[in-house]
Amino acid sequence: MTTEFMVELAYLLSAYLFVVGLKRLQSPATARVGNALASLAMFIAIIATIVDTEILSWSGILIGIAIGGVLGGLAARMVEMTAMPQLVGILNGSGGGASALVAVAEFLNSPGIGVGTPGVTILLGTLIGGVTLSGSFIAFAKLQEIMTTDPITFPGQNAFNAILVVAIVSVGAMVLGVFGGQDPTTMFYIFGGLSLALGILLVIPIGGADMPVVISLLNSYSGLAASAAGFVIGNMALIISGALVGASGLILTQLMCKGMNRSLANVAFGGFGGGAKVDRALIGKRPVKRADAEAVAAELGYVNSVVVVPGYGLAVAQAQHELRKIGDLLEARGVDVKYAIHPVAGRMPGHMNVLLAEADVSYDKLYDLEDVNDDFSNVDAVLVVGANDVVNPAARDPQSIIAGMPILNVDKARRVIVMKRSLSPGFAGIDNDLFYMDNTLMFFGDAKDQMAELVREVRDLA
Amino acid sequence: MGELMIGLYVFVLATLAGREVITKVPPTLHTPLMSGANAISGIAIVGAIVVAARAEGGVQMALGIAAIAMATFNVIGGFMVTDRMLAMFRKR
Repeated sequence: MTTEFMVELAYLLSAYLFVVGLKRLQSPATARVGNALASLAMFIAIIATIVDTEILSWSGILIGIAIGGVLGGLAARMVEMTAMPQLVGILNGSGGGASALVAVAEFLNSPGIGVGTPGVTILLGTLIGGVTLSGSFIAFAKLQEIMTTDPITFPGQNAFNAILVVAIVSVGAMVLGVFGGQDPTTMFYIFGGLSLALGILLVIPIGGADMPVVISLLNSYSGLAASAAGFVIGNMALIISGALVGASGLILTQLMCKGMNRSLANVAFGGFGGGAKVDRALIGKRPVKRADAEAVAAELGYVNSVVVVPGYGLAVAQAQHELRKIGDLLEARGVDVKYAIHPVAGRMPGHMNVLLAEADVSYDKLYDLEDVNDDFSNVDAVLVVGANDVVNPAARDPQSIIAGMPILNVDKARRVIVMKRSLSPGFAGIDNDLFYMDNTLMFFGDAKDQMAELVREVRDLA
Repeated sequence: MGELMIGLYVFVLATLAGREVITKVPPTLHTPLMSGANAISGIAIVGAIVVAARAEGGVQMALGIAAIAMATFNVIGGFMVTDRMLAMFRKR
């Protein structure tokens, strides 16, 4: 067997292991092994490449691996779970950036490439990789709140973006010498610059509340960028792996859009968040029933079933550990405790589940919206902590701006306790009828303090 | 059939396979799915090694080193943080 054949087989094995690894992610029990298999697949692909490539100088390769490896390892170990969207944002960007650089190097190797498949794939790789790199950078800055989380819009934005796309296509054609006369290398640098600009312009009009969609979409792009790089260098392992990631990101994007009841076009061009036409003066003017920690403890401690609905406010307050203690204490009293998690409860898909897993909540107690939503009428008490729009019954009203958004049907439960700082509206900017219902008790205050107080009160129950 | 067409067939079929596998991942694991898939997109490291290996210095070498550093960051950071998260998912 020739070396070349062995290398091709190694790439095939690597692609196979990537799929098997992703398949193991279908259950929390097997997921860790799945991730290890995917890591092994990557290792095999790297070894195959090193065997297959005539390496003139090791020093550059080793320097690159050392820098990336140390930074990656540190980031992975030190990141707070609440900051996971930011890290995934940077990881998306660096993957896309690497793919773009591969295309750039390939171009500079043969600048007078002319019209044809190699030239087009190089341009596609540069474009997708460039958009992923700069778009992820903006997404990171928004998530980290280095820049404003509000949508940045200006008059004629969509027309401007359309012109930019036309410019990218035209300059791309010039790179390939379609019109003749221009220096391909100069045109290529302009093409790269325009690609980066497009990534920035595509992400700035998207508001902070829509970041789960953006992160998912950039995830998909980072995969497509890798696939494009695969076409550039003619490597099937890159094409396959990139396609898997592209599909994954796209599925998550669709799920996030569904969770917010919005189309991708609406997220991309909407400038959503804070712009709703609602009479804010009326918000919070109706009477509510208040309860203190002692009363809430009594409502939760003497019933058969409690469902906890955590929202991002819980994570912001870092109160998930106190929440888990309350759950443990209630279970010790014989109460059946479940956690109902809305698809967009956190700042990226599945974020809230990770935060609760970190707080040591058993994963079989975490329920998705579809699994739990029909059961709320049999639930004795619901404890909503730091969530708002995702439990707003207005979503069932066809006139509401959130009409049709999937919500957790907590209002069907016998008793609803809402832990919140105030009656202020959520991202949708509208009032929530849930707060004023007969069976609802409002438990106001800082989530961390109030949860700690509730831990003590539940512990003191007879 | 040319290399481009074979590549496109592979791309389309891999997308379909990915779709089948990933739609079955439960929402509770969507964050690790994303970081893990993300690490896989660091496969661009293969291309980066090819670029760096043939470079004899100058711009090509700089591009190669930068591409390898970014891809390695993606791979190591992605797989490690995914493992760290998955280790937290425990059943009691």
